[in-house]
Amino acid sequence: MPDPSFVFAQSISGLTAAMFLFLIASGLSLIFGVLRVLNFAHGTFYMLGAYAAYQLVQWLGVGPGRFWLAALGAAAAVAALGGLIERVLFRHLYGKEELYQLLFTYALVLVLSDSAKMVWGTQQKSVSRPPELTGSFSVFGATIPSYNLLILLLGPAIALAFWFVLQRTRVGRFIRAAALDRETLGALGVNVSALYTWVFVLASFLGGLGGALISPMRATTPGMDTEVIVEAFVVVVIGGLGSFWGTFLGALIYGQVLSFGILLFPRFSIFAVFALMAAVLIVRPWGLLGRPLR
Amino acid sequence: MRRVPWAPLALVAALLVPAAGSRFYTFVANDVVIWALFATSLNLLVGYSGLVSFGHAAYFGIGAYTTGLLMKKAALPFLLAFPAAGVLAGAFALLFGVFCVRLTRIYFAMLTLAFAQFLYTVAYKWRDLTGGSDGIACVPKTALFWGGPSLATPRAFYFVVAVSLIGVNVRRYELAAFVLAGAFAGLAGGLFGIFNRGVFPDFAYWTKSSEVLIMTLLGGMGTFYGPTVGALALILLNQQITSYTEYWPFVLGSILVALLFGFPGGLAGAAIVLWARARGRLRSA
Repeated sequence: MPDPSFVFAQSISGLTAAMFLFLIASGLSLIFGVLRVLNFAHGTFYMLGAYAAYQLVQWLGVGPGRFWLAALGAAAAVAALGGLIERVLFRHLYGKEELYQLLFTYALVLVLSDSAKMVWGTQQKSVSRPPELTGSFSVFGATIPSYNLLILLLGPAIALAFWFVLQRTRVGRFIRAAALDRETLGALGVNVSALYTWVFVLASFLGGLGGALISPMRATTPGMDTEVIVEAFVVVVIGGLGSFWGTFLGALIYGQVLSFGILLFPRFSIFAVFALMAAVLIVRPWGLLGRPLR
Repeated sequence: MRRVPWAPLALVAALLVPAAGSRFYTFVANDVVIWALFATSLNLLVGYSGLVSFGHAAYFGIGAYTTGLLMKKAALPFLLAFPAAGVLAGAFALLFGVFCVRLTRIYFAMLTLAFAQFLYTVAYKWRDLTGGSDGIACVPKTALFWGGPSLATPRAFYFVVAVSLIGVNVRRYELAAFVLAGAFAGLAGGLFGIFNRGVFPDFAYWTKSSEVLIMTLLGGMGTFYGPTVGALALILLNQQITSYTEYWPFVLGSILVALLFGFPGGLAGAAIVLWARARGRLRSA
């Protein structure tokens, strides 16, 4: 029997991982819900968010509040890039086969991640924690860095804010309507084309923010984009693609399985996650909270 | 339409490469033929069943490790180790295919990628079996039926031709197409491990999957010789470009964007359009 403080520490680390996974996977799920396209480049936006945060911290220097400015700036920059790509390139593929749209997002992964390599090289980059959060708390005998604790509070807050935008604002209502029936929405006079751009901006913002916020916890490296996109895929498969709370639940489950899977399979905790995904696919192929599609 | 006997012609041409060309060209021809087999196996899926796999390198990697391990650790001859690559890769394709094809067509693209990354992680971390990042170095090349690189060319081509026969029949059976595509990718991987004289985890990495996918698209998916043309074009391009820049994925991605916006049919598609236009002009003249 492992001691309780270890179990507690593991579950907290699983929760922290879940918050990031939720940020990434919700953007993926959002674009899928509205545009019916899996955005392979979403993980790359996350990676660019981390690199942009590193760059901005370099420029702004370390000081109270500076990190948060850098994180927001990085997320905004990634959101702008996402919107630009949608405006200039992606929208020309809407009339074509779904396969072309999928392949385009895949081409973006190749081009953008190699571009990041050109700019930032292959050496890993690390960002120091914001000075106001370098300490740690001791809870039930486990030491938890205060930055991680903040992420645990920030994650649900962002989830609620996102949910609020979707449920209560005009844009959110249009987004939900577009997920159900975009032709009717267009016929009702809504500017669907602008809406798609906003969906890309919002989703890229969430991805970029996830990358920026994780940069003080994990080193930023080339290849982190494909790692995270696969993780986000698994989350939405477990939770149900296109389902908001399903994505949240999927992220929570993924985090816990990953951090306790280490106890069962020390080197292959990823195996536990894939076993879980396989089980979900057999029992409920559309995910725990998803709906069967078509 | 008149039938040109392309398969025998291509086979003769491939057999002539070692006789006519230098050692270097034989080496390049080998590389091309192995990748052509790999790309043709992917085309079984993409071209005939409309399913695009983003993790086809998984089966290539399984094949490479199977042949490499059997030849190096079990000291089996090539004649036994090579078919084993196809069988094992096919078995894994069956296992993953049940999830990817049968249950959820909508998740197909991402499940293929996820399974491939999973296998890559296993290859990377299971040091006792795979040697981790060091891979399996010095796969013996001298075993049965492997006199030199020249022999690989006709053998691989034999399989390319074999796929053409099977490819026509699997059109409607998606899972069967998935398994066959996996098995032939495994065979390509088995050959490549020996050709490369070593097997490494990045054989199963997603960039390998993207290379083979872009070869298939570049040549023209759904046409039988398209992937072979794509493999030839991309390998020659790679050899030219890597002397100028290390950013090969960037070039690959740009090619893909150009294909999507400009030539969705790939080189074969463009050739067919040009051919039709030329014929139309001849007729009207």
